[in-house]
Amino acid sequence: MTDRDTSIELLRQMLLIRRFEEKCAELYQAEKIRGFLHLYIGEEAVAVGVMSALHPEDAVIATYREHGHALALGVDGGRIMAEMYGNVEGVSMGRGGSMHLFDADKNLYGGNAIVGGGLPLAVGFGLADRMRDRNRVSVVFFGEGAVAEGEFHEAMNLAALWHLPVLFCCENNLYAMGTALERAQTQTRLTLRAASYEMPAWEVDGMDVEAVAEAARNAVESIRGGGGPHFLELRTYRFRAHSMFDPELYRDRDEVEDWKHHDPIEMFKAKLEERGHIDDDDWVKLEAGVKAEVAAAVDFADTGTLEAVEDLTRFVHSEEVMS
Amino acid sequence: MTTLDTKPDSTTMTYREAVREAIRQAMIDDDRVFLMGEDVGRYGGCYAVSKGLIDEFGEDRIRDTPLSESGFVGAGIGAALGGMRPIVEVMTVNFSLLALDQIVNTAALLLHMSGGQFNVPIVIRMATGAGRQLAAQHSHSLEGWYAHVPGLKVVAPATVEDARWMLASALEDPDPVIMFEHAGLYGMSGELPPEGGPVDLETARVRRTGDDVTIVTHGGSLWKTLEAAETLAGSGVSAEVIDLRSLRPLDIDSILGSVAKTHRLVVVDEGWKTVGLSAEILAMVAETALWELDAPMKRVCGVEVPIPYARHLEMASIPQVEGIVAGVNEVMGR
Repeated sequence: MTDRDTSIELLRQMLLIRRFEEKCAELYQAEKIRGFLHLYIGEEAVAVGVMSALHPEDAVIATYREHGHALALGVDGGRIMAEMYGNVEGVSMGRGGSMHLFDADKNLYGGNAIVGGGLPLAVGFGLADRMRDRNRVSVVFFGEGAVAEGEFHEAMNLAALWHLPVLFCCENNLYAMGTALERAQTQTRLTLRAASYEMPAWEVDGMDVEAVAEAARNAVESIRGGGGPHFLELRTYRFRAHSMFDPELYRDRDEVEDWKHHDPIEMFKAKLEERGHIDDDDWVKLEAGVKAEVAAAVDFADTGTLEAVEDLTRFVHSEEVMS
Repeated sequence: MTTLDTKPDSTTMTYREAVREAIRQAMIDDDRVFLMGEDVGRYGGCYAVSKGLIDEFGEDRIRDTPLSESGFVGAGIGAALGGMRPIVEVMTVNFSLLALDQIVNTAALLLHMSGGQFNVPIVIRMATGAGRQLAAQHSHSLEGWYAHVPGLKVVAPATVEDARWMLASALEDPDPVIMFEHAGLYGMSGELPPEGGPVDLETARVRRTGDDVTIVTHGGSLWKTLEAAETLAGSGVSAEVIDLRSLRPLDIDSILGSVAKTHRLVVVDEGWKTVGLSAEILAMVAETALWELDAPMKRVCGVEVPIPYARHLEMASIPQVEGIVAGVNEVMGR
């Protein structure tokens, strides 16, 4: 059982992601945020649980649905919001937007909007770490849709063949945009895919933050101990549309409502109440703290600045030699 | 074959040996450097470039990969982000299309998308070009595709000296560099001056000076062009031959400087003409120096057909000395 302080922190992070993204949706309607906006609402336990098992030096590669991953890593919410506004104060200086959040201080390497595109990078991180004798774990998140990509299989094979310290986190939310897993894959038991590369692979309830944290802890510990790559299938569900343009023609409203009974925040909150770890006052305080944090983030973005157009062609090549 | 000026104390080696020497020295000088690709290790490289290196450096640093172009190019990008200096070899430019996603969507974009936080110091080498009867899936010249993409640097060493030193410079570059080695050049011998060192990756070189016409080319076509220039000299035409060396950025200043002198331009490119590298060069000259021209510009390019297997058809599908001479004569009004 998770101790009280850790539990409250996990709950707080999930709540922060939830409220932050609810605000994002609002700001999208208000046309402050543009482009594609993919919300993580419903899937918070996955990012929060996995990140809780990592060390600060570990590397993370996420998908285009990565606000939650960035927040769970401790990336500043104001700078994330500023990025979505296209402000120069954004984590990627407004060059990336919602889908491309990067933060060198937190070892967050994006925000990759090519499905499957991040997996080979994680292999390369693992290879570099091994060659430099660094005891670091690289974690790559991807949806179950990526399992259909060649890059998934190439990367899984390379990581296993070279026995690299990589944790593959498959966020199975059942739909690749609007295409259900069983309409896209002959083998829907994804852990079998990983097992074919002789990789330890576990199915995890991705709506249970403690289960995710425990699985991630075990995997990361095994990887650090020289156990080679591991694969987690985190079974979760996206409560919101794929993006702000999605009319959700491909799934029943009842299905969505059913899954909301497994809301990772509500379930964990209930569990903590049962354990006597939080009461109504604690919850009110938690909500207030998160609300203030989101408000501060919005304020930071609202008062931000845009990069000078004269700087348009920066960051095509390095401005100074880095090593 | 036409040769460039030879300096005293030069050593003679093949293009293949020059690339190998560049890799070897880089591996000795910097333990972050490693070579990765299909059959680079035990097989010795499909063009024998890395032959023997696995014995010297071991299989960790001369790393054989499975046939997973996207996977191992992406892994190279990850390793570069992780502090290494990978040299990734892709057998031919045709195969590199399987890694196009990683090269174009990741390597070229990451620095920009991250607002300058993550540069990708990777060198991706690949063979290009026709002439060995390897048919359409091993013989194309797609350098221009990569030269289209901001965020990449694209080089095409045509001489033994450039083969030796452009790779060294590419490894010092903080950003992705794609290096095209024309497969027909690997066996070519040339002089390597004793005191070479890293060279720039941005400028063209005048390989032969002349006054009447400028011929711009790169890679494997350089030697045919120099031979054509020699033939033309015999009939009284003084051709200046420019070797681009770098395809991105394009050294337009060198081209314009030469055209300002000769007032005539011919571009020789083994790649296809339509929407190609040669089109870009003509457009750049037309935009800024149209009034310098005494005659319409001319392109001698690959014929718009997949490269055929049959020897006579293959030879007919890419620029040859006679065609270059004819193209220049046309521009000269002869």
